[in-house]
Amino acid sequence: MNILYDEKIDGELHHVDRAELMAAMRAAMPDLEILHTREDLKPFECDGLSAYRTTPLLVVLPERLDQVETLLKLCHRMHVPVVARGAGTGLSGGALPLEQGVLLVMARFNRILEVNPEGRFARVQPGVRNLAISQAAEPFGLYYAPDPSSQIACSIGGNVAENAGGVHCLKYGLTVHNLLKVEALTIEGEHVTLGTDALDAAGFDLLALFTGSEGLLGVVTEVTVKLLPKPQVARVLMASFNSIEKAGKAVADIISAGIIPGGLEMMDKLAIRAAEDFIHAGYPVDAEAILLCELDGVEADVQDDIERVRTVLTAAGATDVQLARDEAERIKFWAGRKNAFPAVGRMSPDYYCMDGTIPRKQLPAVLKGTAELSVEYGLRVANVFHAGDGNMHPLILFDANQPGEFERAEALGGKILELCVAVGGTITGEHGVGREKINQMCVQFNSDELTFFHAVKAAFDPAGLLNPGKNIPTLHRCAEFGAMHIHHGQLPFPELERF
Amino acid sequence: MSEHTHDADQGDALLSQVQAALAAGTPLSITGGGSKAFYGRKVDGVPLDVRAHRGIVNYDPAELVITARAGTPLAELNATLDAAGQMLPCEAPDFTGSATVGGMVAAGLSGPRRPWVGSVRDFVLGCRIITGHGKHLRFGGEVIKNVAGYDVSRLMTGTLGCLGLITEVSFKVLPKPRASLTLRLEMDRPRALRKFAEWGQQSLPISGACQDGGTTLLRLEGGESSVKAARALLGGEEVSADFWDALRNHRLDFFKDPRPLWRLAVGNNRTPADLPGDALIDWGGAQVWLKSTAEAVQLRTLAESAGGHADCYTPGVTDGPLPPLPDALMRYHRQLKAQLDPQGIFNPGRMYAGL
Repeated sequence: MNILYDEKIDGELHHVDRAELMAAMRAAMPDLEILHTREDLKPFECDGLSAYRTTPLLVVLPERLDQVETLLKLCHRMHVPVVARGAGTGLSGGALPLEQGVLLVMARFNRILEVNPEGRFARVQPGVRNLAISQAAEPFGLYYAPDPSSQIACSIGGNVAENAGGVHCLKYGLTVHNLLKVEALTIEGEHVTLGTDALDAAGFDLLALFTGSEGLLGVVTEVTVKLLPKPQVARVLMASFNSIEKAGKAVADIISAGIIPGGLEMMDKLAIRAAEDFIHAGYPVDAEAILLCELDGVEADVQDDIERVRTVLTAAGATDVQLARDEAERIKFWAGRKNAFPAVGRMSPDYYCMDGTIPRKQLPAVLKGTAELSVEYGLRVANVFHAGDGNMHPLILFDANQPGEFERAEALGGKILELCVAVGGTITGEHGVGREKINQMCVQFNSDELTFFHAVKAAFDPAGLLNPGKNIPTLHRCAEFGAMHIHHGQLPFPELERF
Repeated sequence: MSEHTHDADQGDALLSQVQAALAAGTPLSITGGGSKAFYGRKVDGVPLDVRAHRGIVNYDPAELVITARAGTPLAELNATLDAAGQMLPCEAPDFTGSATVGGMVAAGLSGPRRPWVGSVRDFVLGCRIITGHGKHLRFGGEVIKNVAGYDVSRLMTGTLGCLGLITEVSFKVLPKPRASLTLRLEMDRPRALRKFAEWGQQSLPISGACQDGGTTLLRLEGGESSVKAARALLGGEEVSADFWDALRNHRLDFFKDPRPLWRLAVGNNRTPADLPGDALIDWGGAQVWLKSTAEAVQLRTLAESAGGHADCYTPGVTDGPLPPLPDALMRYHRQLKAQLDPQGIFNPGRMYAGL
């Protein structure tokens, strides 16, 4: 089944004449930059999920909020779909354009409006890059905690839309935990303020609802984020294991010992070798799995915790435990993990990154299931894993130039996600549903739950003009997809051990 | 995984009650332990008591996740976590000792630790709800990272039951800190507020900061070493940690004052200097408990000028105890209510008249 928007199953879209729409836009917003030629539209036909491409009807690049407001009102009146886009780094096709829709690029809203160290917040425009916020806060000894690996490029507006995560989520939370206030425009061009400068707000928690809503409820126009004091120190331990099971148990043992590491990452053998070949991080290439455990905070506590974790790792059967001797070695240890994706990319012409989350104790079972699926589909899978919070990133290796391989990779990815749901997990931990996982939503949610989601949408955008076809599938699509809804881990994989 | 005892699942019985109410168009007044009955507006509806649907259905300390039915006493949830060396860090109030898990989530109120660890909604991972369409649905789950679909579980938190009946909730939990101590410092309000802003920018293991008259109370929590070091740095006198429970449950002498109790939530470092009444400062300055006979409009203007809002904790003082919403936001609240509870049977008017 084609993943691109299909009006027969994703819902009919109003077709508007490009010239007519452009004329209306130019009349209403004479100084708005509008892209319409084929070569100008080309760079915007995909986001970070480049396997899926659609040329938008038009691309607009506003520089002022009154332009965004006018544009939304105009599109609302003319029934034109609107897809908002930040930096375009999303991995699930959340900013994939529509042939009948306008792509609203928010990248020019890139000013940091205020950094307030006493209030411990920063107020920024949606196009500001994630890392730029921490850089602006650095002189005050503060930082913005969520750190998706694309943080050098991804924008905060997109982070809000996707509820972006990173490697420090277990301890510091996701985007939703680090926001105070979001200003947004609805499809009617109505301005709403979600949250306040205080720690809570009156009424329903629409800030939480909008965070991670993938641009279906409104367009983010300003974000106030919380800033935290930078931890005094961060130290990292690397442990080697001769089996995945032992590494998985070590993760549970660390947490059971009452320790919440700043970061806790696992890599399997294929990922270790790829990273070592690429970065020379000093990884043990014979190990079946490694764990990277970062402890951060007040120096005295970190010293104590290093000894505790070392004891736990050794007791759990680690064959080797190394503490990064200095900051340079700490950065080297992390460089291997942070470059795991491009490292795997060197081993294979293409790779496809998945994003399921599972209860941690199911890790050995899910890795075993993944290995079996890998054999069945004839494609290699490397595993990197945010072990602290149960978020897996299996990387499926394939060659798009071999006929049928991409389709096999897609199918294998879908099966891995269904396995995650079967053990009580979810199809997406931090990348979002977007267009990529629209079919797997039919596996995770039943038709009544999807109907509930559509009701939420209807409260803000009854005509369905904001980012149609993303995040929540139509019941029609699920019927076509024909997937069996898996009820909370009871089906189908009965062979999986439960413990 | 440890085994948990719980009573029989009452989910189907609750569903039948909601379906009957939908068929008859009868408004429901959802009740748990009644510990927060004073909060919000009076509901004219048939009582729907959730307490029989109780028990912890899943808890594995190594996963840092606990799932409990809505009628489970909060005290039972906390005792279970405590026995495993863990806690629900937002330390929600239990006022009368009868609070339930469902009531905690529906009210969304958090305790003194909130600025440093997060609110009730920050720890909610998933929920089951009975909807205004007579369905029993599941959203979110028992994993820490989950961005599939809209975040319905966090949306339900703090809605005072106005969008549906919460029947079960999963929470992220954390290990209890290894070391904890409470310090009493003789420090007046202006100086304390300046210090709160200063300490907030430093890596200090503070998890409670309260100011009452000439006295400032701080709670330090973390590893033994950092707590010891902070103790040496901050000075003061070590006192009982019972203070924080008395604060979170409003059992301090301050709360005995007969004047109406207001809560002002304000921005960090924006605590108003002149407050009309007696004030107890919590959350390092971001939450003000105020005993005052001032008009609602005066207090709300004051809170809004400090970036926040004010709600009234004493029933009968104002018809609108919760902070009023701007027109545009209220419109979307009404539209959401109309979509999710089209017959308006769930706690109508508990938050706002006509919602």
